[in-house]
Amino acid sequence: MGLENWSPEGALTTRVEELLNWGRANSLWPMPFGVACCAIEMMGTLSSRYDLSRFGAEAIRFSPRQSDLMIVSGRISLKMLPVLQKIWEQMPEPKWCISMGACASCGGIFDTYAMIQGIDRFVPVDVYIPGCPPRPESLIDAVIKIQELVKLERLDSHA
Amino acid sequence: MIPHGGTEGSVDQETAAIDFIQARFPTAVLAVAESSGQKWIEVARDQIVPVLTALRDEQGWDMLMDLTAVDYLGMETPERFQMVYQLYSLARNSYFRVKCWVPESDPTVDTLTHVWKAAPWAEREVWDMYGIRFNGNNDLRRILTPFSYEGHPLRKDYPLQGRGERNQFPRYEK
Ligand code: SF4
Repeated sequence: MGLENWSPEGALTTRVEELLNWGRANSLWPMPFGVACCAIEMMGTLSSRYDLSRFGAEAIRFSPRQSDLMIVSGRISLKMLPVLQKIWEQMPEPKWCISMGACASCGGIFDTYAMIQGIDRFVPVDVYIPGCPPRPESLIDAVIKIQELVKLERLDSHA
Repeated sequence: MIPHGGTEGSVDQETAAIDFIQARFPTAVLAVAESSGQKWIEVARDQIVPVLTALRDEQGWDMLMDLTAVDYLGMETPERFQMVYQLYSLARNSYFRVKCWVPESDPTVDTLTHVWKAAPWAEREVWDMYGIRFNGNNDLRRILTPFSYEGHPLRKDYPLQGRGERNQFPRYEK
């Protein structure tokens, strides 16, 4: 890699915080909360054409205990919200949340008794993606924004 | 093969079914009507189970495609609610519709649990959405809305945006 020429002793110094954040930001493990049409775009983003693994976020975990990024893609009904909250609670800290699409972010066109009008009323959202559905590029952009957030983490943030 | 949906062959079968009911349950028939090339029959509420059972066992309408309800709130109909039973004949590939009126003051109908295995869950949905009870269905729990839900949202007097149910959840902070 040429690194040995640059640092003949084979060592470099950095801050623990920075090293951790660098590792975390480039190895996000998403929990796919795909409940409607937006999830199809999420799958597209993950597969070969858009290839989210270029950003280190391809290790999709269907277990919340192994993941640190929840991607809520789709409409959340009254009956689904308690499930969403339970899964959010089961994810270990630190964790982030993307609200993908109009439905997750504000209820979309479904202004009815059965629909949650924006998941951010009940779970903390870090990045919102507009669109119905958003294109894969938007989701990639959101993941990059999450990476920027991750890099702002402090060691004592979750003490 | 007989194509389904408003074709001549289908109307013949609907006519045969209506003739059968009129001959077999003369007092049960309230009305016969046709729209978009499809005929249906309205029968008395207390006769709905015998009529449907006879259609299944003697006329080959062997499948209950669907069972649902309509709320005619504010319209000039005999009663507020109407049950709609959609039957299908596998052998003949044709459909037939049976309806019955359900009054608002006593929104109950006899269950079809013992006639078709497809009925109980459809009845749960009608109970959940319209508040029509099914005598003899012992598992009349809500099926689409949460068990704690109050009210029957497909009734026309239920507010579209609900009564605040969608806001009553705990808020999680980071
Ligand atoms: S925002 Fe559009 S594409 Fe996404 S879940 Fe809602 S309706 Fe489907």
